[in-house]
Amino acid sequence: MKRIRLFFQNRRQRVLVGVILSASLLLILCIVGAFCADAARVTDFSRKNLEPGIPYLFGTDWLGRDMLMRTLAGLSLSIGLGVLAAAVSACIALILGIISATMGKTADTIITFLIDLMMGIPHILLLILVSVALGRGFRGVACGVALTHWPSLARLIRAEVLQLKEQPYIQIARKLGKSNWYLAKKHILPHILPQFFTGLVLMFPHAILHESSITFLGFGLSAEQPAIGIILSESMKYLVTGKWWLAVCPGVMLAAVVMLFYLTGEQIRKLLDPGSVHE
Amino acid sequence: MAKHWGQHLLKQILRVMLLMAATSIVTFMLMKLSPIDPLQANVGQNALGSMSQEQIAKLREYWGVGADPVKQYLSWAKDFCRGDMGISLLYRQPVRNVIAVKLSNSLLLLAFAWVMSGILGFLLGILAAMYQGRLPDRIIKGYCIIISSTPTFWLALLLLLCFGVWLKVLPIGLSVPIGVEAAGVTLGDRIYHAILPALTLSITGISNIALHTREKMIEIMESDMVLFSKARGESRWAMFRYHGFRNALLPAITLQFASISEIFGGSVLVEQVFSYPGLGQAAVSAGLGSDLPLLMAITLISSAFVFGGNFLADLLYGIIDPRIRRGGQHI
Repeated sequence: MKRIRLFFQNRRQRVLVGVILSASLLLILCIVGAFCADAARVTDFSRKNLEPGIPYLFGTDWLGRDMLMRTLAGLSLSIGLGVLAAAVSACIALILGIISATMGKTADTIITFLIDLMMGIPHILLLILVSVALGRGFRGVACGVALTHWPSLARLIRAEVLQLKEQPYIQIARKLGKSNWYLAKKHILPHILPQFFTGLVLMFPHAILHESSITFLGFGLSAEQPAIGIILSESMKYLVTGKWWLAVCPGVMLAAVVMLFYLTGEQIRKLLDPGSVHE
Repeated sequence: MAKHWGQHLLKQILRVMLLMAATSIVTFMLMKLSPIDPLQANVGQNALGSMSQEQIAKLREYWGVGADPVKQYLSWAKDFCRGDMGISLLYRQPVRNVIAVKLSNSLLLLAFAWVMSGILGFLLGILAAMYQGRLPDRIIKGYCIIISSTPTFWLALLLLLCFGVWLKVLPIGLSVPIGVEAAGVTLGDRIYHAILPALTLSITGISNIALHTREKMIEIMESDMVLFSKARGESRWAMFRYHGFRNALLPAITLQFASISEIFGGSVLVEQVFSYPGLGQAAVSAGLGSDLPLLMAITLISSAFVFGGNFLADLLYGIIDPRIRRGGQHI
C-alpha cells in the first residue's frame, strides 16, 4: 500500500500512468469501433426513432439504426484517419523544418514562403480545395488532412533548429571537426524529438476535428460510411423535429475523444519538457 | 530609423502581393486537378444523356472543361487585375455581385465574433494568469480546453437545439425571415438572425487567445519586475496596468490577427449549420459544384483578409512597441 502511495507521489510516474491509460482507452475505442461497422449498418424499422434508453443507449435513428454502434464505428474511422494523417503531416513538418534550417538560404526562402502560403488560406478552405482536387471521398479527406497540418509544426522545428545551430556547444563541436551527421545525431535530434513528438500528439485532435468538419460539409467520406461528420450532418435535418439525441450523443463522444487526445498531448509535453518538471 | 521602417513596409507589401499571386495559382491548379466532372455534378447524368452533342459541347465550354489550363488561368488573371472577377457558374451572376451580397452578410458576423473573442479572450487570459492555480484560473482553463476540443459545427448544432428548437427564442436559420420581401427586412431582423451564428463563433474564438494570453501573462507574473512590484506592495490592478498590459498585448495582437483565418474557417461551418447565406456557405456550394470563378474569388478574398491582418499586426507592433519602431529588424 505504501509503495503504491509513494508511486503516485511522483508526478512523472503519475503522468505516465495517465498517458498509458488514455492511450489504451483510445486504442480500445478504435478496435471496438472497427467491429461495430457491420452492426452500424443494420436497419430495422421496428425500432426506429427510439429515444436513448435500454438497450439502445444512444437511441436509434429514422432507419432504426443503433446510434451507439454508428457512433463507435464513426469514431474509430475518425481516430484512425486522424492519427494516420497527422503522422504523415508531422513527418512532412520535420523534414521541411530541418531542410529549411540547414540547407541554405534558397531552401529556407522557398519553404518559408510555402509555409506562409499555406497559412494564408483559411484552413477549412484549403481542406475543401485539396479534397475537391482529389475527387473527394476517403482519399480526398485523408490527403487533405495530411497535407495541410504541417506548416505550424514545420515553422516551430525550423526556429528550433536555427536556434540550436548557434549554440556554443554545437559551434564548438563543429570546430572540433565533427561531421554533420554526428552533429545531427548527437546534438540536434535529441533536442528536436521531444518537440516533434509533442507536436505530433497535439496534432491528432486537430486532424480529427478537421476530418469531421470536412465530412460534415459534404466533401469527405460518402454518405454510406458511418463517419461521425456524416452522422452529425444527417442529424441536422432531424433536429427541428426534436430528435435531439441524434446530434447530442455522437457529438459528446467526439468532443470527449478529442479532449482525451488533447490532454494526453499536454501530459506528454510535461513528461518530455524538462523545464516543467518542477511545476 | 524611419527609412528602415519604410523599407520594411515596402518589402511586406511586395511579399503579400507575391503570396496572393501564389495563392491564386495554387487554387487554380487544385481545382483543375479535380477529377470531378462539373457537367456530371451540376447537370446530372440523366439530363446529359438526353442532350445533343452540340448542347453538351456548349455546356462543356461554359464550365471550362477541356480548356487549356495555362491559357484559362492567364485570361482569368488578366481580368481579375482589371477588377473583373468573371461570372459565377452556379449563380449565373457576376462573381462581384455574388461576393458583395455574401460578404455583407458575413462581415457582420465575422466582425462581431472577431472583436468579441479578442477582447473577452484577452481579459479572461489575463484574469486566469493573475489568479494562477486558483478557482478563476481553473474555470477559465477548463472552459478553454472543453471548447477547443468541441467541433465548431457541433457547438452550433447544440445552440440551435437549445435556443431555436427548445426555447424557441431565436430563429433556426437564414439571415432574413422567411416569406418577407427583401425590401421589408429591417436591420433588426438581420441582427436577430445573426445572433446565434455570431455567438457560436465568439465562443469558439475565445479559447485560443485566452490560453495563449494566460501563458504569456504567467511568464510576466514570474518576472523580476513583477516580483519587485509585489515587494513594493502594489495592488493587482497596478501590476496589470503598469507591467502586464503592454507586455501581454503584443502576442495577443499577433494572435488576434492570426485568428482571422480561424474565424473565417469557423464561419464556413457555422453558416452551413444555420444556413446563413454568407461567404462561407458560398464557398461550400462553389466547392461542391465546381464553380471555379467563385471559389477562386472567395479564396483570394479570404486570404487577402488573412495577409492584410498579418500586415496590420506588423504595423501595430511598431506603434505599441517602441523597441521595434526604433530598432528595425535587429530585435
